[in-house]
Amino acid sequence: MWSIVHKMGSPPWFYRFSGLVIRWLLPIVVLLLVVGAIWGLMFAPADFKQGNSYRIIFIHVPASVVALAGYYVMAFAGAVSLIWKIKMADLAMRAIAPVGAALTFIALVTGAIWGKPTWGTWWVWDARITSMLILLFLYLGVVALFGAYDNKVAAAKACAVLSLVGMVNIPIIYKSVDWWYSLHQPASIKFTGESTIDPSMLYPLLLMIAAFYGLFTTVMLLNMRADLMAQNRRASWLERDLLGED
Amino acid sequence: MYFENLSDAIAMGGHGPYVWSAYVITLLVILGLLVTPIKRGRELRRQIRAELRRKAQVNEGDARAS
Repeated sequence: MWSIVHKMGSPPWFYRFSGLVIRWLLPIVVLLLVVGAIWGLMFAPADFKQGNSYRIIFIHVPASVVALAGYYVMAFAGAVSLIWKIKMADLAMRAIAPVGAALTFIALVTGAIWGKPTWGTWWVWDARITSMLILLFLYLGVVALFGAYDNKVAAAKACAVLSLVGMVNIPIIYKSVDWWYSLHQPASIKFTGESTIDPSMLYPLLLMIAAFYGLFTTVMLLNMRADLMAQNRRASWLERDLLGED
Repeated sequence: MYFENLSDAIAMGGHGPYVWSAYVITLLVILGLLVTPIKRGRELRRQIRAELRRKAQVNEGDARAS
């Protein structure tokens, strides 16, 4: 167990390992996204209350779920970076922030588009929506902070602190639909107790959630690899690897 | 399939513009997420390989000169 953690911190090992993972994961993710989207758009039945507009759920919920989960990973990487000063954790933080921002953006935009025919408005300052907007700003804040420092170590430290402080927002997002019951509907999928969604809609939704998790992992690894290459331009391991490849 | 025909599937009972625009925007964001690091990685690999070739040529030249 610990040996793999140690290996993770080694750039040559991580470069090769992530390359292997991407080669397998990327085609699977594309396949899952295509199948899930076609299933959700064309084969799942319409909702008896919302009609066909509910089909946005198959991208809205996965994007939101993974945007939140991604924040945990980023904050965890921030903690590792602060405590153990592992460079790979800095890379992970830096790689996650733009993915998280993009997923949060998808969640907000698809939510607004879904809100128009369902609630009659694009936007309300509802607790869930407002706390998701704050999540977007947190992600963008980390992206901007990394760009603002010339000193990489100082940048990573500032970003780690920001992402850890931002963790306060996460339980608020989760609980917002229960604490302030307004327009946003509460969760349909529950880990404990009966889900309030029919299997014919649940299965494509779960498929899309899996696809978005895979997408998150793939893009995070792609970003980390690109950063690794940029930082190790003259490292002998990278040169050997590149001469061997294709 | 849930819909009777293609025009029904596009119209989605009047919700078509909402549903399709949401999916198209998501598709574009996902493509952007994937293409950006792949392109950057390719460009970096190209640069590093070019640099290696240059170095190899210089070394060869040095070897011949001595």
